[in-house]
Amino acid sequence: MTIAQIVFLVISATTLVASILVVTSRKMVHAALWLVLSLGGVAVLFVLLQASFLAVVQVVIYIGAIAILIIFAVMLTRRMMYDTGSPINRYWWAGALAAVLLFAGLVVMLGQIPSITTQASALPIPEGELLSLLGTALVDVNGYMLPFEVASVLLLAALIGSLVVARPMERKTEEGDKR
Amino acid sequence: MDFNFWDPFTWIGEWLLNLLVGWGLAETIALTLLRFAGAVVLALVLLLIGGVLFTWLDRKLSARIQDRLGPNRVGPFGLFQGIADTLKLLTKEDIIPAGADKIVFNLAPLLVTMSVVGIWAVVPFAPTLIGTDLNVGLLYIISVGSIGTLGIMMAGWASNNKFALLGAFRTVAQMVAYEVPMVVVLLVPTMFTGSMSVHAIVEGQSSLWYVALAPVAALIFLTTSIAELGRAPFDLLEAESELVAGFNTEYTGIKWGMFFASEFLHGLTISALTAAIFLGGWQGPGAEARPLLGFVYFMIKTMVVYFGVTLLRFSMPRVRIDQLLDLNWKFLTPLALAAVCVTAVAEKLALATNWSRLGVHIIANVGLLILTLGALWVRARMVRRRFETEQMRLAARSESAAD
Amino acid sequence: MIPLSWYLIVAAAMFCIGIYGVLARKNAVGILMGIELMLAAVILNLVAFWRYLTPARISGQAFAVIVFAVAASEAAVGLALIISIYRRRSTVVADEIDILKW
Repeated sequence: MTIAQIVFLVISATTLVASILVVTSRKMVHAALWLVLSLGGVAVLFVLLQASFLAVVQVVIYIGAIAILIIFAVMLTRRMMYDTGSPINRYWWAGALAAVLLFAGLVVMLGQIPSITTQASALPIPEGELLSLLGTALVDVNGYMLPFEVASVLLLAALIGSLVVARPMERKTEEGDKR
Repeated sequence: MDFNFWDPFTWIGEWLLNLLVGWGLAETIALTLLRFAGAVVLALVLLLIGGVLFTWLDRKLSARIQDRLGPNRVGPFGLFQGIADTLKLLTKEDIIPAGADKIVFNLAPLLVTMSVVGIWAVVPFAPTLIGTDLNVGLLYIISVGSIGTLGIMMAGWASNNKFALLGAFRTVAQMVAYEVPMVVVLLVPTMFTGSMSVHAIVEGQSSLWYVALAPVAALIFLTTSIAELGRAPFDLLEAESELVAGFNTEYTGIKWGMFFASEFLHGLTISALTAAIFLGGWQGPGAEARPLLGFVYFMIKTMVVYFGVTLLRFSMPRVRIDQLLDLNWKFLTPLALAAVCVTAVAEKLALATNWSRLGVHIIANVGLLILTLGALWVRARMVRRRFETEQMRLAARSESAAD
Repeated sequence: MIPLSWYLIVAAAMFCIGIYGVLARKNAVGILMGIELMLAAVILNLVAFWRYLTPARISGQAFAVIVFAVAASEAAVGLALIISIYRRRSTVVADEIDILKW
């Protein structure tokens, strides 16, 4: 077993254990912190896959933004923080069954793909150039300009939409103050 | 390799590597070990400097500004005050409050310290002295900083104290908000260099510092950095009169010391980053050939920025939370976006025509500045007019009430 | 070295854990966390396929970047909805948000 394999196994085991704790923790804040660990593990897997840009982006977006946002939401909906009742609903067994069945199905299907045992060949592009290549591909008319622009429109829509949705209901005060 | 006085860094590295290889280690393992050792040494030196020397410097500076003497009892000029304070912190009782979440509570100071020390991995001290030259350096800085935000959130939540939680909320709201203009404005040096590597950015400033090309961007970067740091005038997260001590209210002893040291180190970090990204880093006359000289230049620039930040800290009143967020969302973010657009257009213009790059950028920035000031003037007039009509209305009403 | 299948199995396991979270969690924020896990697994899959099958083309990474944008906007809108519901009904338990069933 090579060092790379050991590193991979340790990281993926941590990621999976953390993911399981995300969906089973009683306290939502703990679940959110486990989510951070799990997504951080995925970032390390990206490093192993030589996608350093995506690894850093994963940390910025998932840990720096989404996880913080989730923790904020958990704390704003505070009544659940001390909820000692079961964190899972009545039909949890159906969910577990579906998850296990799906996993089994996926593994069987993966086993039938011929290229599944491919080993990674050396990166044909030096890692430094990869980043500029990705950048030009995203703004190239023959590349991915349209999906990129659509993604930016989506982000803008999400920004405005969440602002509108989460805004407190306007109460008309005597002064007509709009705050 | 012969010892070269002007480049001790390469020499030390090669000497250590030869030593380890001479002991029979494989070269890759020796290199890995050396990198670890380098990281440990860097972190220790930084934390010691940040925690011990800079507390002293900071206290002396603040004392001078506030017409006091500052620490002057322990050692010459009170220089050893920091060491005495560290010893005191180490011997203090370590209290974990009842109802606290122990693991998260203990993990938080570690994460905060880690996030600050981790940034120094990509800071180029000298042409030959840099931890690692990541090609996504600027993004790495942002991402490591966001781990610190998480640590603060954890500290506030795990303390089981409402003041700590409120302080953490404020801090995180502030840090997340100010990250936006900071990231946007970091696009400007990236555009100039065509790379996000901090080393490449410093090398790109060999003829001209980026502060000359993009003064508005540099100013926004420094402002948002100070806000990220949580220093005055943005120090609401530890507004003593409102929040006791903010997110670290419940921490004692060395865990509190870690927050304290990392905060001081963060002050040094943002100075170093400003120096590296906008003030040319180690660039200076003769630095290319003599790395030691480059190190000295870098330190001088860092110190100048640090002094400026400290001066600001002790001469500005604290802003209110709504003012803080207004400043960010209504002023800094649009300005940062405008600065990026203007810089992009100016850069292309300078490339397409044969005009001087500096001139085009200066004109663009001055134009941006005039537009901004004009917009601010119009807004201030509108606010004042509304206030005056309100006053008149109120006066009229009280008059009619008096009748 | 590591074959492609290892990455795919890790991603599949993560995806299924996410599905369990979505189906079994009571708390709406917990459900959102499950969705985040699933999206992360998808991105891991995309990057693994890029690295092993088409490393010369950048499409895998470009796709991953777009999925990042989708994940970010999904989290923002989802959490805004949850907070808005909490304000009106003071609950985040998905079973109790049943006004459409009346």
